[in-house]
Amino acid sequence: MNRFSYMRAGSIEEAVKAASADSSARFIAGGTNLVDLMKYNVERPTRLIDITRLPLNTIEDTKSGELRLGAMTTNDEVAHDPRVQSRYPLLASAILAGASPQLRNAATTGGNLLQRTRCYYFYDTGTPCNKREPGTGCPATFGRNRIHAILGTSEHCIATHPSDMCVALAALEAIIHIAGPDGERAIPMSEFHRLPGDRPEIDTTLRPGEIITAVELPPEDFVEHHTYLKLRDRLSYAFALVSVAAALRMDAGTIVEARIALGGVAHKPWRDPAAEAMLRGHPASTERFAAVADHILRDAKGFQDNAFKIDLARRGIVRALSQAAAGTPQSQTDKRIR
Amino acid sequence: MSASQNYSSPALEKIPITLIVNGETRTIEVLPWTVLLDLLRDHLHLTGTKKGCDHGQCGACTVIADGKRINSCMALAVMKDGASITTIEGIASDGALHPLQQAFIDHDAFQCGYCTPGQICSGVTLIQEGRARTRDEIREWMSGNICRCGAYTNIVDAIEQVLGSNQEAGR
Repeated sequence: MNRFSYMRAGSIEEAVKAASADSSARFIAGGTNLVDLMKYNVERPTRLIDITRLPLNTIEDTKSGELRLGAMTTNDEVAHDPRVQSRYPLLASAILAGASPQLRNAATTGGNLLQRTRCYYFYDTGTPCNKREPGTGCPATFGRNRIHAILGTSEHCIATHPSDMCVALAALEAIIHIAGPDGERAIPMSEFHRLPGDRPEIDTTLRPGEIITAVELPPEDFVEHHTYLKLRDRLSYAFALVSVAAALRMDAGTIVEARIALGGVAHKPWRDPAAEAMLRGHPASTERFAAVADHILRDAKGFQDNAFKIDLARRGIVRALSQAAAGTPQSQTDKRIR
Repeated sequence: MSASQNYSSPALEKIPITLIVNGETRTIEVLPWTVLLDLLRDHLHLTGTKKGCDHGQCGACTVIADGKRINSCMALAVMKDGASITTIEGIASDGALHPLQQAFIDHDAFQCGYCTPGQICSGVTLIQEGRARTRDEIREWMSGNICRCGAYTNIVDAIEQVLGSNQEAGR
């Protein structure tokens, strides 16, 4: 790990000011990703700004019916909050599908949004990587790429975003609240992460010096019909090869609202509004779910090791929509997929 | 906790912190990049906590910080200023083994023993959390602790024994 200076921010303003003054500084909260990246010399910050003592560690109802998760709440706190469990069970389920109890006790809501890809080449400073060192190339496109993306890739980067929580936030259309040098703003979840394009080193639409202060969950909660289906190489404590967050609102057997977000397949949680529209006004049926899956995956591109993900995603989407429609969400302890 | 503190120089400037380690208040000066695991082992000579992968993937370094189990390899010591830390050395009380320590012996829940301090810290917290009851749930809630010898079946047996006797006692 490189040497760095340390400061403990006493206020959001102070944290933003310190980050704005030094582009090589990094905010640190749970540290479960940043400390790891520093041990691999992938991240070499000049300064760490400790934001864990900022007053952003509460979960609060808003007057207009949203639930606001402070950026410093831990994954464990969010997953076990009674309001999250009763009103946003999809989010609780997705969080509990990820990482381990130890990591969830440390990792924060804001940090989960900002975690970096687990692409082998990004982590290995002995290899080129356009995300780590822009312009050096992407060995994943022709190397080992079993865990890599099948949607929204570019010739410059085929990395995936590794989060489970963010897949649920995408389906729930969460709003990300930001404070920065130019004041406060809010970013819809769908616009928070970006596709790699020709700038894969930029993961999000955050601007320099900006800090996440909260994640707001809209009143629409999909309590009855939801599931988070995570498919991976071992049954716990592994990143998703493919995951599907599905949320439906149904009226007398007819789907009136549908949200589908995929994890493990792209540089960001993958939504496809046109595919979701194919479900509205129709009864739940395997045939229609398969047509929706085909539409979502119409431009999917496999590489030598990960082409299996296309079929895995197709089956995962159909199964997740079936689970959601039936009101039988995937258990995150009994791993049998029904 | 104090208001903002700013240590501006990346020179070898040590930062004073206070930790309560196994019930004992310790004031220590640390470099900003000292990880809690290394502080415990190399500075406080509490070598019960083990370094396995050093990357948050194996759980051998699990300690209990303010009642929560964490990977001590992923925590900067300076950020834990004011925290109460329990390591494997603090699990027994007054020379009496914790029931889970005894259960590990009863069920032969280890072979080489390297992961055991982390397994026990994690298991003790699992029992306190009260979320795992069935064997499936114990497996899931212990998934952050890898055992390279593969003593998992006996580890689940040991935890199940303590959960079962707690339920008996609660009746």
